[in-house]
Formats: sequence, structure tokens, C-alpha cells
Amino acid sequence: MMIPVECYFALSALLFFIGVYGFTTRRNLIAMLISVELILNAVDINFAAINRLLYPNGNEGMFMTLFVIGVAAAESAVAISIIINVYRKFKSDSVDAIQNMKR
Amino acid sequence: MANTVMFIILAVFIIGSALMCVTTKKIMRAVTYMLFVLFGVAGIYFLLDYTFLGAAQIAVYAGGVTMVFVFAIQLVSKRTLQGLEKRVKASKMVTGALAALAGLAVVTLILVKTGFMTQEITGVEVPMKEIGTALVGSGKYQYVLPFEFISVFLLACIIGGLVVARKEDKA
Repeated sequence: MMIPVECYFALSALLFFIGVYGFTTRRNLIAMLISVELILNAVDINFAAINRLLYPNGNEGMFMTLFVIGVAAAESAVAISIIINVYRKFKSDSVDAIQNMKR
Repeated sequence: MANTVMFIILAVFIIGSALMCVTTKKIMRAVTYMLFVLFGVAGIYFLLDYTFLGAAQIAVYAGGVTMVFVFAIQLVSKRTLQGLEKRVKASKMVTGALAALAGLAVVTLILVKTGFMTQEITGVEVPMKEIGTALVGSGKYQYVLPFEFISVFLLACIIGGLVVARKEDKA
């Protein structure tokens, strides 16, 4: 028995908007970055489910997910290094503490 | 049947962990719940017979990205990171919840109105040989250019991260 593709879409939509909620409510840079990772994972589930259940003859969705995982790793590394630098300059990691971009 | 039970377990696990992740007060717990979400998503890939994808998810995300987060939290002073909820205003929370619910309503409407043509699948996983030849081949539906681009991109990100995060000289 197969799980209908709508179930995957519902799961992915819920995960995506939980991430959106976290991104809008958190005022902490690292917590916001964690929410972005949740959103990226929701999109990955969509790619994999569409590829497997709607277009099972190709592999494009799988490779897209692989590249998204790679790009997400790079993105989080750069973002973390920027956050550490921001913390060094402003002595805080809250977005409210950053008033101007150059100091 | 077993697939359905597995999917329900994974879905509840993922959604519960994600909710805890965005509402918990302690940043270290948020990272741990994110790790649970990543493992759950890897389980979804295994359920879809994308074994390689699940392995990559665990190796890169659960092994790599989470470690980067933990190191960053240890480097940034823990005192400023505690009490995440205290700094959140109630109006902000309402705005965020409204935005998320509005988006969710729109997506649900589109999903309900759209019919999907689910194809019968043979239920076999993609063979490793096919993945390897597709990743480094240059023909149609082969991905050598993005593959090489990702490698250069990762290198650039490592160097960029080092340059951004290094201690600047007194000048």
C-alpha cells in the first residue's frame, strides 16, 4: 500500500510554516538560522516526494535534493562565521543589537 | 501497511520536534530538536527508497551542520543566548503565528484544489552505479557541472568563513 503524495506535501507544508513561524518570532541569529534549516528540509522533502511518487522515471528531484543539502551546509558555515564576527563586534547575538552595518 | 505506520510515526516525530525547536527557551535544546528533525527527514528519505539521500542527509546535516551550530553556540557567550522567550514580544509572536497560518491556509487551499496523478512505482531504490554515473557524467540528465560547481563553492565558503571569522589585526 502506497502513501499518497498529499501526505508528504502536508508534512512538508507544516514543517515549512513552523520554520516561518520560528524565523519571524526568534530574535536570536542562531535560532533564526535553525529555522532556516527547517525550511530547507521541508523543501527537500517536497523534491524527493514529487520525484518518487509523481515522476518515478527520472532522478532530477533526488539530485536537486543532494545539491540543496550541499549548498545548505556551505550557507550555514558562512552564516555562522558572520554571526561569530557580529558577536565579537556588538557583544550580542540579537538582531536588535545590530543598529548599523558598519561601525 | 507498515509503510503507513512508519510514515505516521515519522510525521508526528518531525512535527513535534520542529514545534519544540521553535518554541523552546534554551538554544542548546533548539539545536538538539533540530537534530531530531533532521533524523526524521532522513527517515522519510529511507521510506521513499532514497537510501543514498538519507545517508547524505545524516552525514552532512546531522553530522556536519549540527556540529557547526554546537561549536558556534559554545563560542558565543551562553549568557546572552539563554532566555530566548523573554525577549520575544507577544505582538511579535501573534504576527508570526498569523503569517505562518495565512501561508499554511494558502498552501492547503492550493493542495486541495490540485489533483495529483500518482504513478505506480516499482519500489526499487536507485542503484548506486546510476547515481555515480549521473553525478560525474556530462550528457543529458547528468550533473558534472553542478557537481564541480558545488565543490568549488564549498571551498570558497570555507575560505570566506575563515576570512570573515578570523581576528582582525589592530590597524
